[in-house]
Parts: sequence; C-alpha cells; structure tokens
Amino acid sequence: MDLSGTLLAATGLFLAALICLPIAWLVAFAFAGRDGRPTLANFQALVDDPTLSEPLVTTMSLSLAVAIAAVAVATPLAWIVARTDMPGRRWVRLAMTASFVTPPFLGAIAWEILAAPNSGIINKLWRDLSGSSEALFNVYSFAGLVFVIATYTAPYVFIVLTNALDRIPADIEDAAGILGAGRWRIALGITLPLVLPALLAGALIAFLQAMTLFGSPAILAIPAGFHTVTTKIYALFQFPPKPEIAAAAALPLLTVTILLLWLQARILGRRGFAVVGGKSGEPRLVPLGVWKWPVLALVLMMLALPLFLPYLALLKAAFSRVPSGPISAANLTFENVNFVFFEFSQTQRAFANTFLLALATATAGALLALVIAYIVARRDDYAGRGLEFLATAPIAIPGIVLGVGLFLAYTRGPIVLYGTLWILFLAFLTIELPAAFQQMRASFRGLHPELEEASRILGADRLTTLRRITAPLLKSGVIAGWCLIFIGVVRELSAAIILASSETKVLSVVIYDLNESGNLGAIAVIGVSMLIVTFAVVGLANWASGVGAGPRLRAS
Amino acid sequence: MRHALATIAALALISGSAMAQGPVYAITPELEAAAAKEGNLVYYSSIDVKVAEALAKAFEKRYPAIKVRVERNGAERQFSKIGQEYASKIYNVDTVNSSDAAHFIYWKREGWLAAALPEEVAKRYPAGSFDAEGFYAPMRASLSVIAYNPTLVKAEEVPKSFQDLLDPKWKGKLVKAHPGYSGTILTATFQISRDLGWDYLEKLAGQQIMQVQSSTEPPRKVIAGERAVMVDGNEYNVFLAQEKKSPIAIVYASEGTPLVIGPSGVMKNAKNPNAARLFHAWSFSAEAQQLAVTEGGLRSFHPDVKEPAGRTPLSQIKLMKDDPAAVDQQVEEIKKRYLRYFKT
Repeated sequence: MDLSGTLLAATGLFLAALICLPIAWLVAFAFAGRDGRPTLANFQALVDDPTLSEPLVTTMSLSLAVAIAAVAVATPLAWIVARTDMPGRRWVRLAMTASFVTPPFLGAIAWEILAAPNSGIINKLWRDLSGSSEALFNVYSFAGLVFVIATYTAPYVFIVLTNALDRIPADIEDAAGILGAGRWRIALGITLPLVLPALLAGALIAFLQAMTLFGSPAILAIPAGFHTVTTKIYALFQFPPKPEIAAAAALPLLTVTILLLWLQARILGRRGFAVVGGKSGEPRLVPLGVWKWPVLALVLMMLALPLFLPYLALLKAAFSRVPSGPISAANLTFENVNFVFFEFSQTQRAFANTFLLALATATAGALLALVIAYIVARRDDYAGRGLEFLATAPIAIPGIVLGVGLFLAYTRGPIVLYGTLWILFLAFLTIELPAAFQQMRASFRGLHPELEEASRILGADRLTTLRRITAPLLKSGVIAGWCLIFIGVVRELSAAIILASSETKVLSVVIYDLNESGNLGAIAVIGVSMLIVTFAVVGLANWASGVGAGPRLRAS
Repeated sequence: MRHALATIAALALISGSAMAQGPVYAITPELEAAAAKEGNLVYYSSIDVKVAEALAKAFEKRYPAIKVRVERNGAERQFSKIGQEYASKIYNVDTVNSSDAAHFIYWKREGWLAAALPEEVAKRYPAGSFDAEGFYAPMRASLSVIAYNPTLVKAEEVPKSFQDLLDPKWKGKLVKAHPGYSGTILTATFQISRDLGWDYLEKLAGQQIMQVQSSTEPPRKVIAGERAVMVDGNEYNVFLAQEKKSPIAIVYASEGTPLVIGPSGVMKNAKNPNAARLFHAWSFSAEAQQLAVTEGGLRSFHPDVKEPAGRTPLSQIKLMKDDPAAVDQQVEEIKKRYLRYFKT
C-alpha cells in the first residue's frame, strides 16, 4: 500500500471510531431497558409522558420560528451589504462576524439584563417614557426565546448568503440589464433564484441551530416555565439519572437533522444552480441615492440587537452591584472583577482548560480537515466519497446528543475518559470537524491539480509537493479553518455541560453554573474577558500567517 | 436559639445517645503536618459561591500550606455530579457540604463517606444533631423564607403566610427556586407539601411564578425588582443583602418556615484525606462557625456562636420540622409532582 492508501485507511478508521462509537452507545441505550434487555419502552415514554412529548413539540415550533425570523432578517441585510452602495458595508460584514463569535448563551444572559419584564433595562426605560405599567418585551417567553436565538443565528445565514452573493458573476445580472430588465426585476428575477440554494441552506442552519441549542433555552425557557428537548435531556441527567430516556429523547433530534440534510441534498441535487463561467467582473451595485442613510440607520439598528446593546449591558453589569440597576456611583463596584480574578477558585483553571482545548482542537482539527480535504479532492472514488460523508456527518449530531453518546461510551470500560480533558477534546473535534472540512474543501476546489502534477513531473515526491506547492497555496484557508474551530470550541456549551467534570470545567460551563445562581456580574466579567482573549488569538493567528484580512468564515 | 435547634435536631436526625468513640479525632500537629504535605483540598459545596469561597480563604489564611478549590453547585446537581463521578471511579471530591441532608443518608448507605467526627462536634454540639457513627455533622443551617421588595410592596399588603401568596394580586409577581437543582428548595418543598398539602403547590403553580434554579437567586430577583415577592430562597442571602442596604425584607410565614440543615462529611476515597479531615474539623470550630454566621448569614449549632444584632433569633420563629429520612424516601415523587404542576 502506498502512503496515500495508508493515510486514507487510517483517517477513515479514526473518523469512523470517532463518530460511530458514541452513536452506537446512544442507540444501544435508547433501545434497552434498565435490565439491559431490548425494548421500545423508552420511546413509548416519549409519546405517553406529556412532560417528554411537550418539549418535542415546543422545540419543533421554536426551530421553525427561528428559521423564518433569521432568514427574514439576514436576507435583506446580506443583499444590502453585497449589492448596494451603502456606506460602511465592510464594517457591517465585520460586525456580523463579531456577533458570530459571541456565544449564544452569553447573548441570552445579556438579553436577560436588557429585557427581563420588570428589571430589564429596556423595559424600565419603556415604562418611564411611556407611563405604561406593562413590559414592552418579555424575554422569558416563547417569543423572547425565538427572538434571542434568531438574533444569534442570523449571522450564520448572513455569512452563507453574502458568500453566495459574492460568487454570482456580475455578467449574468449585466446580461439581464442589457436585455432591458430593471434593477428590482434583476434582484428578484435573477439574483434571488441564484441565491435560493444558499437561502435554503441558511434556513436549514438556523433551524438546526435553534433545535440543538442548549444554553439559550436553559437560561430563558425554564424561568418562563417550559422545556425544550435539550433542556429536558439535560434534566434527565439529574438524580436519579435516566440515561436511557435521555438517549431515546436524543434520537428524534438526530433523525430530524439527518432527514433535513437529506431533503436539502435532494432539492439542490435536482436543480442545478452551478454558475459556470470564467472570470467575471465585480457585481454591479445598486445605488441607494437618498435612501443611503436611512438604510444605514436601519442596518445599525439591526446590528444593535446582537452586538451593541448586549455588550453595553454586559459591560455595565460587570461594574454594577445590581446588573440592571441605575448607572450611578452607588451602583458602581469593582467587586465582580475582584471576585472573578482574586476570590473565585475556578477562574484560572477554567480559562486554562478552555484555551488549551481550543488550541489543541483547532490545531488537530485543522490538520485532520486538511488531510481529509486533500484525499477527497484528489480521489474521486467510493473511498473518497465515504471519507467526505464521515467528515460531514457530525453536522447531523447535535452537541448535546454527542455529549450523551460520548458520556455513555467513555464512562464505562474499557476506556474511561470521563473526567479528563480528552473526552472534551473528542467532542469538540467531532463537532467542529464539518465546518473546518468544508472550509478546506472549498480551498482545495480553488486549487487546480495541474500545479501539483507539474511539481510531480519535475521530480518532486508527493510529500514534497504537498509541502512546497500545495501548503503555501492553502495557507489562508487553513488559518480560517483553524480560527473557525477555535471560536467554536470557546463558545461550545451543549456537549461540555454533559461531559465536563469539576476538574475539567470550561468557561462556558462555569458561566452556566454562575447563571444558575444568578451571579450576572461575575458572568459579565468572565464573558467579556473570554471574548477579548478569543479576539486576540484570532487576530494573532491572522497576523502571524500574514494573511492580513480576516478569515472568510463559512458557516455551513 | 441553641435549644430550638437542639430540639429540632434531636427530633429530626437519627440520634445516638451512646456516642461512638471510634471516629472522633482532634486537630493535632500530626494532622496539620500531614495535611500540609498534601497541600491541596477539593471542597464540593452547595453554599452560595461567595460564602463558600470566603470560608475557603479563611482556612487558607489559617493554613497557608493548603490550597482549597471550591466546587460550587446546587445541592441536587452536586449530588448528580458526585454520582456520575463515582460511577466512573473518579474521586475528585475530598469533603462535601450539601443543603439536602438526605444526601448524607444516601452516601452513608453507599459507603462513600468516612467516619470522621471532629472532637469539637462530639464535645460541644447538641447530642443528636450529628450522625452517631460520625459520618456527617451539621456544618450549617438556614431557613427557606418568604421575602419581598419593600419598594414594590406596600406595608399593608405584605403577605403573612404561604396561603396569602395564593391571592390573585400576586399573579406574575412571584419568583421561586427549583427543587431539581437546589437542596434547600427540595427540603422546603417536602416540608411545605407535607404541612400544607400538594394542592397548595398546585394552586401556587397557577400564579405565573418565575422559575429560577438556585435558592441563592430569588433574593437577587427581588432586589433587582424583577419580582416583588419570593416564595422560597435562602434566608442567609437575604441577611447579606440587607447588610448592604438592598431593598428586601423577610416574612416568617404563620404556617411555619422550612428549616434546612446542611451537613458536611469527608469522603472515604478522598485523595487528600488529611487535608479533608483538617478542613472538616476546622469548619466546625467556633472561629469558622462564627465566620459562617457573621459573614455568611448562616445559622450555627455551635454553642459559642453569637448571632449578630438585627437577625430574628431562631427561637422566635415558628419552624417546619425537617426530616431527611423522609426526603431520602420520597425524592423521586417530590420531583415528579413538582414537574407536573410547575412544568419544569
């Protein structure tokens, strides 16, 4: 067997073990009774027990509402940024990327400070201004949860859409223009159909995000008095733990995800939207004229929801006695900062664990994704396609489901990893692999094999070619993939909450714990510090690689 | 106060008149040296994180060679976590404190606790307040109280009892913590359901209450003005907030106030057994207990501890009787019924 054959076999085996082991345990548990005999009783309980079936219904309507809301917000925003001459378009892109970095659970906590019905800053202001006794907006409600999740899911849809809009060659739109179509006719008749697949992909991402998120519903739904599937699964781990019911409750999430991804492949497979053609010019921008500034104001208002308002609220909470209290000398305190950095004995360890895991996972994940993308790009056979499937498959596994699977797989012999950082490493690697792989695959697609072939013809072996020719050309893609994984690990909560033990707590779990006892000030301090470190590392990675411009994130 | 606690404790805990001498140990120079050699200690506790860290810091000040890591979780989550860790043979925890006394009955039954009874407890604490075989002893006590925000509730409207909270005027104005997370609330839920009946809680669930997790959180929501009244929550957090002049006042309900005893124990499989024993013994000393009371707002079983002025002495409060053995038996039923009524 030559080198690439060995590599293929090793990677394939590793991926199969990584993904199949937890899923196999999950399925085994879901179909087993307490005595270990096969049974359907766990699924029967899902149907019969309203405390288990109601969360399923809630979750599905939540996800649908979030998908609609996120697409409705992100589509016009993406079009404005990619296709009009609105001032500050570049900054809007950057800001959307920044809100992508914000962990959703931190956003949810910030929105608690802003829009809790009585003590929320916005509602207090509203009461003072309007004289009304009612709240303007109650974040502890179904609508509140939809709003907060959609706010932090819209950036994904936005990134997918702007990437798609950027890829549409201008000449098609130009051709329509030459044939006499007006601007709006082009936008609706040409551009929109061309980005439909991206729109569909965006809606799907939003749906899956909403369905699998744990932090936001745990923070907002439980005070409102309802459960989603993920919070229910987590509750099933409370004493006395019912892992078999948790496994059964996790399988519908897995099934729905696989079904939706399959459906997407079917729909996109039938309709070819490949835009063939060589180089094309910059897309023609729609001049906004007098509407320039109103549109900018609208866009800034939209950015206030995921970014400006929450971060101001967090900054304020960090230095306040009562997080939502008035800005006054009496309410000003450094107590929270002091507590987090000098009294709280978990801070240092959690920071160390989080960034160690993020560095390790990003490095291992980027390498793994690179190898897989390389094999997939250069082998058009069943083995290549199989590998591609394995590397994309984890997208179908919600974090909490993977968490439950890994917990079941590695808390009992022969390999016990629970209680070590390794189990978190495996979870994060699995969760982040698909995004990194897609990033790398896109980079390889832009790289014609001719260059490598030329190198081989001139006498270089495969490895030398990889090192001297392929690697330098792929650098920016690899850095982008690395950053994507790094950010993903820092903001991961749903698998970590199941898998972290007291020794291996990461920041997201510490923040979640602090939220359960309502220490919002301490959360604000940790959250803001965590983001500063994240931005610093991502910035450093980009600077060190000399890429200059920020990485192009691909959020699918 | 001492008498009130002693009587309740004698009624509540399995009492042992003939004190076993075996598990009793004192803080000796040998123990201190062995503990210093270990140098580390992992303390799982469900006390409010700031109070727990303050205790740890005081201990570190007294014994600078030993570093304490506090792992704070709600008692019920802590209980699940320890169960998970022990099932995977992970023995992180050295010494543990829980606001759900029933946990110690369970852990003792499972053989996870070490028999380690500090001399101070054996000699000075009321007979019957601690486990006769020395597996656990009451490090703290507190109450789960009703409290309100005086800027939001007029003096003539202040509720006097649990029944008062069923008045429609409190709809959407109440906050309460969760028995699936908090040991204090599990204990309180048990006592309320026993004394007032489950139909009381069923009616309460119709009041559009705001559901939070930890018993440390309702006081924060009341102070922030998010809700006017808390149905349950830690008395000690209210004391601490009052001392910072926060707008919150306590109601000791006419039906009685749930009493929550928080025992401590040393784990048999502790990695730092000497440091654990040292910390355990120290935490029952007059010095540590006074700190827990003064700085932490807790109630103590230690006879020398003085209550700060301004706090209602326990002897003047009508208390509900605690019964950890019954909680141990009924825990699943309590959580199930709570879920049925409150939906979370």
